[in-house]
Amino acid sequence: MRKIMLATTAAVLLAMAASASAQEKVFRYSTTGDILGLDPHNNNEGPTNTMKSNIFGRLIHRTGDLSLEPDLATEWTAKSDTVWEFKLRPDVTFHNGNPFTADDVVYSFKRQTQEASDMAFALSSVKDVRKVDDLTIEIETDGPDPTLLLNMPNFYIVDQEFMEENDAFEVVKGAGFQNFANTHPNGTGPYKLVEWVQDNRVVVEPFEQHWDYANRESNIDRAVFTPIGNDATRVAAILSGEIDLMYPVPLQDIARLEADPNVDVLQGPELRTIFLGFDQWRDELMDMPGSGKNPFKDQKVREAFAHAIDTKAIQRVVMRGASTPTGLMIAPGINGFPEEMNIPYEYDPEKSKQLLEEAGYADGFPVTLDCPNDRYVNDEAICTAIVPMLERIGIKVNLNAQTKSLHFNKIGAAENNNTSFYMLGWTPGSYDAYNVLQNIMTMDGEGHGAWNSGRYSNPDVERLTDEIAVTIDEDERNDLIRQAFKIHYDEVGHLPLHQQALAWGVRNDTVESVVQRPFNDVDLREVVMK
Amino acid sequence: MLAFIIQRLAQSILVMLVVGLISFSLFQFVGDPVNNMVGQEATIEQREALREKLGLNDPIPVRFIKWVGLAVQGDFGLSYRMGMPVADLIAQRLPATLELVALSAVMALAIGVPMGVYTGLHRHAWLSKVFLTVSLIGISIPTFLIGILMILFFGVWLGWLPTFGRRGLVDLGGWETSFLTLEGWSYIIMPAFTLALFQLTLIMRLVRAEMLEVLRTDFIKFARARGLKSRSINFGHALKNTLVPVITIMGLQIGSLLAFSIITETVFQWPGMGLLIIQGIQFVDIPIMSSYLVLIALFFVVINLIVDLLYYAVDPRLRVERTAGGAH
Repeated sequence: MRKIMLATTAAVLLAMAASASAQEKVFRYSTTGDILGLDPHNNNEGPTNTMKSNIFGRLIHRTGDLSLEPDLATEWTAKSDTVWEFKLRPDVTFHNGNPFTADDVVYSFKRQTQEASDMAFALSSVKDVRKVDDLTIEIETDGPDPTLLLNMPNFYIVDQEFMEENDAFEVVKGAGFQNFANTHPNGTGPYKLVEWVQDNRVVVEPFEQHWDYANRESNIDRAVFTPIGNDATRVAAILSGEIDLMYPVPLQDIARLEADPNVDVLQGPELRTIFLGFDQWRDELMDMPGSGKNPFKDQKVREAFAHAIDTKAIQRVVMRGASTPTGLMIAPGINGFPEEMNIPYEYDPEKSKQLLEEAGYADGFPVTLDCPNDRYVNDEAICTAIVPMLERIGIKVNLNAQTKSLHFNKIGAAENNNTSFYMLGWTPGSYDAYNVLQNIMTMDGEGHGAWNSGRYSNPDVERLTDEIAVTIDEDERNDLIRQAFKIHYDEVGHLPLHQQALAWGVRNDTVESVVQRPFNDVDLREVVMK
Repeated sequence: MLAFIIQRLAQSILVMLVVGLISFSLFQFVGDPVNNMVGQEATIEQREALREKLGLNDPIPVRFIKWVGLAVQGDFGLSYRMGMPVADLIAQRLPATLELVALSAVMALAIGVPMGVYTGLHRHAWLSKVFLTVSLIGISIPTFLIGILMILFFGVWLGWLPTFGRRGLVDLGGWETSFLTLEGWSYIIMPAFTLALFQLTLIMRLVRAEMLEVLRTDFIKFARARGLKSRSINFGHALKNTLVPVITIMGLQIGSLLAFSIITETVFQWPGMGLLIIQGIQFVDIPIMSSYLVLIALFFVVINLIVDLLYYAVDPRLRVERTAGGAH
C-alpha cells in the first residue's frame, strides 16, 4: 500500500512539473453548477448564456462595462419608429466553415421565437426579421421599442444550413426527443467547443477563423470550465492552483483567500436586487384566517415593515460587508437607474410601531415569511435576521425557508402565489428598467406580473409602464421610469433589501487580467493569462 | 442453487416496483421541476405548456404506470436537466461510482482485516492502541469532514494530490477506468480512502471482537495443544471463523458505500452516480431520481444475493445441511 502511495505521489509531482513547463496557456475556471445546454435558444440561465456567447455570435455584443459593441452587425440605423436596419459583417464563417449570411439571421429569429424557447423573451417585441440582401436585414417591431438594441446580445445566431441538415429546428426541452443542438453548437463566436462532459467539464478553444481573431484581446489557448458544487472543494481547488479562477467565493472564505499571496479576491456589485414582497391582493391574510383583514393592503403597514428592517445591519453582520443596501428595485448599471432616488428606507423601529398603531395593528399580527435557502447569497440567514427585527415591532414572523424548487413553486403562478410575505431576487434580462416594471411591478396586460407574487398593482405605475415600453426618447423615457419608481417607492410596493456583492477568487500567478462583469460570469474574450 | 438465484432475482423485481412506487409518491414533495427548467423570463403560459408536455399534471398513479411501461422497454426517459437519455447518463456515470466503491471496499478489507487481526492478537501492544484510537476518529468524524481535511492536507498544503475531479482515464470499450494510469490513481486515491475510512474502522473493530471471542474457544485451545503453528491457528482457523459476520457486514456496507458515495462524490466533485442524483434532486429531475433509486434497489438485492452465496463458500455446514435437506 505504502509503495503505491509513494509511486502515486511521485507520478503526480512529475505530472505537475510537466504541466508547468508546457507553454500552452490553459485557463481553468469553476463555478457551482454546470451549464444547462448549448442549444442557444433553449435555456435562459446566467452561466449557460455566457458559455453560449463564447461560442455563438450575436448581432451586438455586450462588453464587461455593459456597453454595446458590434459583433455580427457592423452598423445599425433606425429607419422609422418600428423598423431598424442592420448591416451584417462580411466574410464571417461558422465553426463548421459555412458562411454567415442574412438567411441565418432570419432563420435564427424563427427558431428563437418558437414557444418552447426560453430566449423568446428577448425578441418578444419583434414582429418580423427580413432579408434585404445577403448582408443587410431589417427588424420590424410591433410598436416603437426602445429596448430592442439592449436585447440584441440575447439574440443568438445559428447556421441555417447546419441546423436544417440535422433537422434541429425545434427547441426540445426535457420530454420527447433529444435535442441535437444542445450538444452540437455551431456558431460564429470566438471559441469553439472541444468537448462537453456533463457535470464534469466544458472545453473550448479559440476559433482561428473568427472574424476578429487577429485583434483578440485574450491569449488563452484553451479554456476548461469545471463545475464544483461544494464550496470548500472549490476554495481548495483554487488554493492548490488546480484552477485559475472560481466564483462565488463563500463570504466566510474571502479573508482566507486574500491571505494567500497567489490569490486575489475581486469584489464588485451584482445587478441582482434582493427584495421582499407583500401579498396585496387577498382580502384576508393567510395567517389571519377569520379576521377578514389583510394588513398589507394598508400602506402604513408596509411602511412600518420598511422602517423596521435594518438593511445596514444585514450588510454588516449577515453579508460581512459584501452587499449594497438599496431602496430601488434595480441596481446601478441597469438602463434607466435613477441614482438620486436610491435611498434605502431609514431604520426607525419607533416610527414603525407608531405606523402600526395608526393602522390599527398596535399589537402586531402573525405572518409567514417565505424564503429560499439555496438560491441567493446567505438567503436564509437574511430572513433569519429579519425575524427578530420584525418581532421588535410586534410582528410574529413564522419563517418558512426551503429549497428553491419548492420556494419558487409556492410563491409563483404554479400555486397561485401561495404566499403572504416572501423573498425574491431579480436581474432584468435586458438590463433595462422596463423588464422589472413588467415582471415584478405591474399586473395588467399579457406577460405582465409573472413574478409579481404579491400582486402589487397601481394603475399609475401600470400606465407609466405602458408608456415606457414605447417611448424612444431617452430623457423622456428616463423621466417616466423615475415617476414610476417614485410611486412604487413611496407606497412601498415591494421592499428592496440590497444588491449582493460578487466575489471571485483569481490566481494572480497565472492570470494577468480578467474582467468581472456585474452579471457574475466570465467572458473568455477578456481573459489574459501570464 | 440455480432455482434459489432465480427466485431471488424474481423477488428483486417486486422490490424495485415498490421502490419505484414509493419514490414516485415522494416526488410531489420535492417541488416543481418546471421552474428549474425555464428561465425567469418565461411566461406563465410557457410554463403551463411545459408542465402539460412533461405529464406533470397527470395523477401520480398514471405517471407511475406510464414510467414503468416505458422502463420495461428499457426507456427510462430523458433527464429534465440535461436533455439526454437517463440510461446513457447512468451508463456514463456508473463506472466512476463502481470503481470508487470497489476500491474503497478493497481498501477497507485489505487494511481493516489485518489491523483487526493484529489488534485481536496483540491486545496490549502500543500499535494496537494507536490503531484503536485512529479507528475512533474514523468512526466518529463524518465523511465530508474527513474528505475536506484530506483535501486540505494532501491537496492544498502538500500539493501532492489533485483536489477534485476524475482524470487520467483509459477507455476500455465504453468503461472508462482510473486504474490503468498513475494520474487516474492520483485522482481516485483520496475519495476512495475517504469513503473507505468508516468501513475500514468498522471492519477492524468487528474482526478484533470476533478474533477475541474465537481465540477463547475450545477448538483453538485444542489446536494449540496439538502443537499447530500459531500462524496456522490464527489465520487458518481463527480468522476463517470470524469471516461470516464480516462478510454479512461488508455486504451491507457495500450498499451503504454506494449511498455514502453521494457525500464523497460531492466533496471531491467525483463525476459518478452520487453527483448525478444529488444534482438531480436539487433540480427535481424526476426521471433521474426514479431510475437511480430503482437501480440502487437492484444493487442491494444483488449484493445480498452474493452475500448469501458467499456464506456457502465460507461455511461448509450450510452446504451439508442443504444437501441433507435435498435428500428427503
